[in-house]
Amino acid sequence: MTAQTKKTLFPTSPKPFVHPYFGGMILGIVLFLALLLTGNGLGSSGATSRFVTAVTDLFNPTHVDRTPYLLKMAGGDKNPLDDWIVPVYFGALLGGFSSGLFSGRLKFETTKGPNISNQTRWLMSFLGGVIFLYGARMARGCTSGQALTGGTTLSAGSWVVMFAIFGGAYGLAYFVRKLWN
Amino acid sequence: MNFPLPEFVAVSASNPWTYVVFGLIGFAFGFTLEMSGFGDSRKLAAQFYFTEMTVLKVMFTAIVTAMVLLFGSVGLGILNFNQVWVNPTYLSSGILGGLIMGVGFIIGGFCPTTSLASASTGKIDGMLFMLGGFVGAFLFGETESLFDNWYTYSGYFGRVTLDQVFNLPLGVVVLLVVLMALFMFWGAEQLERIFGKKDLSKEPKMRIAGAGVLFAAALAVVFIGSPSLTNKYNALKFTRTETIEQADADPIVNTVTYTADEMLENRLVFISPAEAFAAKYNQSMNPVYIDVRPEADYNLYHIEDAVNVPLDRLGEVVSVLLTEPPTNTVFVVMSNDESDAVQAWKYLSASSVLNVYILEGGINNWIAFFGSEEAFQPNPNAGEDELGYIFPVALGNRYESCSPNPQEYEELDFEAKIELQLKRDKSGGGCG
Repeated sequence: MTAQTKKTLFPTSPKPFVHPYFGGMILGIVLFLALLLTGNGLGSSGATSRFVTAVTDLFNPTHVDRTPYLLKMAGGDKNPLDDWIVPVYFGALLGGFSSGLFSGRLKFETTKGPNISNQTRWLMSFLGGVIFLYGARMARGCTSGQALTGGTTLSAGSWVVMFAIFGGAYGLAYFVRKLWN
Repeated sequence: MNFPLPEFVAVSASNPWTYVVFGLIGFAFGFTLEMSGFGDSRKLAAQFYFTEMTVLKVMFTAIVTAMVLLFGSVGLGILNFNQVWVNPTYLSSGILGGLIMGVGFIIGGFCPTTSLASASTGKIDGMLFMLGGFVGAFLFGETESLFDNWYTYSGYFGRVTLDQVFNLPLGVVVLLVVLMALFMFWGAEQLERIFGKKDLSKEPKMRIAGAGVLFAAALAVVFIGSPSLTNKYNALKFTRTETIEQADADPIVNTVTYTADEMLENRLVFISPAEAFAAKYNQSMNPVYIDVRPEADYNLYHIEDAVNVPLDRLGEVVSVLLTEPPTNTVFVVMSNDESDAVQAWKYLSASSVLNVYILEGGINNWIAFFGSEEAFQPNPNAGEDELGYIFPVALGNRYESCSPNPQEYEELDFEAKIELQLKRDKSGGGCG
């Protein structure tokens, strides 16, 4: 491998992102193939929930057996990680990494608005993660599992969830504009 | 080929390829999100200040592309839509959960999967969002019992799709969603021009052609329509295992595939009253008795636990039968004799309800088998599929034979016909 081909394969300066419509079309084809082959769509928040349940089950199986919500995933000899969403989750991590690798975007950094410190951004992203996943579990799916997948299969409930997500974000956007602008 | 492939509806240790397939799907998912720029929280948050509408464009292009391909394949009969996971509708928890997610989105700058794309490329804020996600999911698991009733029942409608809500043909809904998306793309570009000071003349002209292709494809979906129940019925395949006993060797187990009509002709779906009764005390299955007779007959006499769904109202319960029950559910349909029950069996099977069986000889046969001691008065004038006994009062299920004593009938002899067909685990679909 010459230095030149090495540079194009793993560039050091980031390549531009693909056009949104093109990215969306590819994502749509991936989603369609998932539905066609497996009857399941895309998702990830279910895996997050299964990981914490697996850890809880490791330390306190009696607690799992007493909590109906956890029982569904990990009751008795059920393994909470024995679900299609778990390989999808790890695949997504690897896929994101690979795309970053091929486009020169692998870099330790913090993406944030111009007027806040790194520390504020870190705190906010952590809090955002807590809030988002709490809501995702309540709505039985996140932007991928509900909005994207349910939107595609025309699930009435998923369209409601999708509008609620955008409603919540637009409703609060003005009040937290300092975070981003 | 019949999609989805039954081998890949769930992961299973016995078939390691299932992990590979789902892993590859995830890989492509993460790759596409990252290359669209979703690893950068600023790009995501910009959506909510109208400066850059990438989130909306990517998401809705993905939805309409997948939707047109999906319902095109359904219409052509390649893909069985009833075997595709459709998120059940829970209005209350969906709305509140959605609003909470929106708050998390604008504060945290990510949604769960985009935080994976972000964290995997070294973004520290993406990693912290992921970490926070674990805490959020943990907190939900710990607090769910406080509002379990609301979470499970409030605004629950089962498997409902937009065509049912608006009472429009599926293809028309697909076309309307495509038109809405195209309008939103146009609006999004205008907003970017106004708030993001973006020069639209530099946008690729290809996107206009893409919109044209999308619109044409949506029209094709309208034209193709949905497969009729008759077509679905004719395409049904049932796999049965047949064991041939041998004198001095292991029995031979053959797998045989039957069409729906062959299943009826060979009476493989007719179960005796004894088997229908024994199913109730069989730990491995969960029988649901569906009485398809008119309500008047049901009120005169019916089996305990049987639910009355008259034949002409069967369509209303299909969505519940498809989403609600656990995987080991066996549906036993019954009429007075058999002909209405056979209609019900055909209808439910064509609608992709699995594990449907017919009570052999219907209620009349049940009474003849379990009710011989109660000396019911036979009705000599009973016609085809009518109640063969005369009941002076409507006592419903208060006769002894409606709920036979399990101790008395512990040793029943019957030829077992029920063979559970594995159904996807409904609770595992979507993000749930």
